[in-house]
Amino acid sequence: MRRLIKSLVCLIFILINSNSFSYNSDPKIFIEELVGDAIKTLSDKSISKDDKAKKIEAIALANIDINAISMYTLGGVRKTLEQDTLQEYKELFKKYFLKSLTSRLTDYSDNKFEVISADQKSETTTIVVSRIVESSSQPELKIEWRIYTKDPAKPLIRDLKVEGLSIARTQKEEFASILNSNNNDINVLFSKLKEFINK
Amino acid sequence: MSIKKYIIITLASVFILSTNLKAETECFEKVSRGIFKFNQSFDKVILRPIAAGYKKLPKSIQNGTGNFTSNIATLLTVPNHILQGQWSLAGQSSASFLINSSVGVLGFANPAKKLGLKNQQEDVGQTLGAYGFNGGCYFVMPILGPTTIRDSLGMIADTFVDPFSHITLREHEIFSVSGSNIDYFSVQGATAIDFRADNMSNLDNLEKNTLDMYSAIKSLYLQSREKKIGNTFSSEDDDEWSQFNK
Repeated sequence: MRRLIKSLVCLIFILINSNSFSYNSDPKIFIEELVGDAIKTLSDKSISKDDKAKKIEAIALANIDINAISMYTLGGVRKTLEQDTLQEYKELFKKYFLKSLTSRLTDYSDNKFEVISADQKSETTTIVVSRIVESSSQPELKIEWRIYTKDPAKPLIRDLKVEGLSIARTQKEEFASILNSNNNDINVLFSKLKEFINK
Repeated sequence: MSIKKYIIITLASVFILSTNLKAETECFEKVSRGIFKFNQSFDKVILRPIAAGYKKLPKSIQNGTGNFTSNIATLLTVPNHILQGQWSLAGQSSASFLINSSVGVLGFANPAKKLGLKNQQEDVGQTLGAYGFNGGCYFVMPILGPTTIRDSLGMIADTFVDPFSHITLREHEIFSVSGSNIDYFSVQGATAIDFRADNMSNLDNLEKNTLDMYSAIKSLYLQSREKKIGNTFSSEDDDEWSQFNK
């Protein structure tokens, strides 16, 4: 019995570690490994769409600074909100972000990805430049990754710029527009987020 | 009206209208949202189905169409490079046009790209932006889509600066080349279909995942114009992100 429990503990430990999705701490290699892992998952025909989504979610939770993105996208309104409301927003944003991300990625078709360069902007930020190689279905795409490196051992993605267009900024301006059209009522944004999460 | 008078009036209007307004400001949001809805319906019923059909054509035809329309757009790019003092880029675009129009069989092939010649597209709106004119307020035009005061006036000015417009829209003969309105609108139509087809999955994805498509398109349009005016790939927004450093 003891041996069985020991084996189970070992198995759980191995499973947890194999799913922790930790990559190299060098931002350039980090992106190479992370995207390589995501592409491998997405192009694996033996995995169901739901399982792919779960795996992509796990990769995102471990390697994207969702908390900072949620605050950035809320803009100046965040300074006027109570702590409880802010917490509720963060929870809703996380669900919205993950659903939106998996929905965008699970239809992925096989494309070649290359990391071109990395530029350390400051102690806390490195920009990694990459590209998706031109294919018959789409022209070449340049992608710039904003990597937060305050903890050098654990880099986190904060933004993606596709051909110079920032995903975080687009999201922020979308939220700002919803708030502006509704007298900065955060509940309207909450209901729109809930509507998206539940659809 | 002479071209000189038109340019002076355009510049004066842009200056007056854009000094106090940033491009993020809406000119008349309710009307723009209405037009945006109309444009979405137009896209759903007409443009998207045509683009979907176009995407089914052999890749060589799609590439040829894209090359042909972008080669014609070079005629507008060259004078705008010159107006912005970008002599090297003006030279590269001119060489690209000459090579593609001759060796590239009227621009259907793009041998200039293989030679490493840059051919980024420029218009009068970008030139005005490079001179420091703000976008002015943002609005949506029927069929033509998102724009700003500066860019819409620039779009009218484009037809005076662009030799292709002179030949086709105004039916002037340049170097024994002449054309008609139909040629102009056919090329504009082909450009729109080619663009829509290239962005088929991107726009479908955006529509599926956005909470407010109108403001997402507005943000993407304004970012794209900023990038084109600055001729930069990245913008600096470190200050705001640094607030979230723990």
